[in-house]
Amino acid sequence: MAGSSHRAPLTDVQLRVRALESLLVEKGAVNPETLDAIIDHFENKVGPHIGASIVARAWTDPGFKARLLEDASGTMAELGYTGIEGSHMVVVENTEKIHNLVVCTLCSCYPWPVLGLPPNWYKSTPYRARAVRDPRGLLKEFGLELAQDTEVRVWDSNAEIRYLVLPRRPHGTEDMSEEELQELITRDSMVGTGLVALKQ
Amino acid sequence: MNGIHDIGGMHNIGPVNIEQDEPVFHHDWERKVYAMTLATMGAGIFATDEVRYMTETIPPADYLTFSYYEKWLYSLEHMMLLKDVVTGEELESGKVTAPGLPAGVEAASVERMQYGMNNRIPVFVDADIPPKFRVGDEIIARNINPLHHTRIPRYIRGRRGVVEMHHGIFLLPDTNAHGGPDKPQHVYNVRFTARELWGEEAPEQDRVYIDLFDDYMDPAG
Repeated sequence: MAGSSHRAPLTDVQLRVRALESLLVEKGAVNPETLDAIIDHFENKVGPHIGASIVARAWTDPGFKARLLEDASGTMAELGYTGIEGSHMVVVENTEKIHNLVVCTLCSCYPWPVLGLPPNWYKSTPYRARAVRDPRGLLKEFGLELAQDTEVRVWDSNAEIRYLVLPRRPHGTEDMSEEELQELITRDSMVGTGLVALKQ
Repeated sequence: MNGIHDIGGMHNIGPVNIEQDEPVFHHDWERKVYAMTLATMGAGIFATDEVRYMTETIPPADYLTFSYYEKWLYSLEHMMLLKDVVTGEELESGKVTAPGLPAGVEAASVERMQYGMNNRIPVFVDADIPPKFRVGDEIIARNINPLHHTRIPRYIRGRRGVVEMHHGIFLLPDTNAHGGPDKPQHVYNVRFTARELWGEEAPEQDRVYIDLFDDYMDPAG
């Protein structure tokens, strides 16, 4: 077991990271330009705006929505929205009677190519502990109170498949363009901890 | 491993702290830890399942108090030690005293990582194996308690569910996390009622869906 030979953790995390980085670079195990490219990709390129564009299109194009629900991985990849932690995607649809919520109880699995990296609360032990046992109570902390007769479906993404919630299109958006709709669609609505609402 | 990471269903873990307008990273060192982990994984030094297992070996008290990227740092340091990329002495001193890398290890190029971040790279395994289950089958999640890595959480072990989807063939994490042998198996999405998992107090209509390998289930007969 790896647990037997652990050295005591140093207190200064920054020093440890600096030491590890200089070792890995000097030894040739990592390329500094590769590190920069990875950081740039996840900090500046991918994020919830990509998921929002997929959802807005699904709301306005029934053929696209049908393909997305049938084959999310392939349909997203055709648009260029794919890659590590997003090559096996399933989209689950909220309806008047069904509310979907995504969690990874064992670690922090999340669909990076369409939502970017997860927020801290998603990766936190309280969220992971409660999402499967008490989703309704958990959602109240996000300001979301579900009707008694709503069916809550919790998706624990414990294998290599990643889940994206297709939220409901709010009433009063019938005249909005795809671009205007995108602006309404939040990260939380695609994880299931929020609903899409008209901006006040 | 029945570790602290297998936390689904636990009580008294505290409230969920929601940060408004949260940045992708909070500190520069987090960027570095994240990128070094992806780059060394992209170089083929270790598999995702191996680093997940490493994180599971963090002592429980530390697991609950480390920040997210402190866990990643712990796992990356220990993975680099395990794979002989660095020595303990080098980690302590920050100075290279054992130059060179294990045979076959080469840094991932920008092009290699860009490809992985922007292209669909299915982790399906191309194997001719018949599925043990079909959509609609009633199953019982196995009550297994292995010391090694596994992706069957405790909260579903011994519980009855119904196969909802068939996802294809993937490598069983239980052996893939420990250097093999490869065990390609079918993976299915399985539906459990909240009442089956949590008892009669759970709302009747609520459900939990989870992905399970062939080795994690038996037919409910």
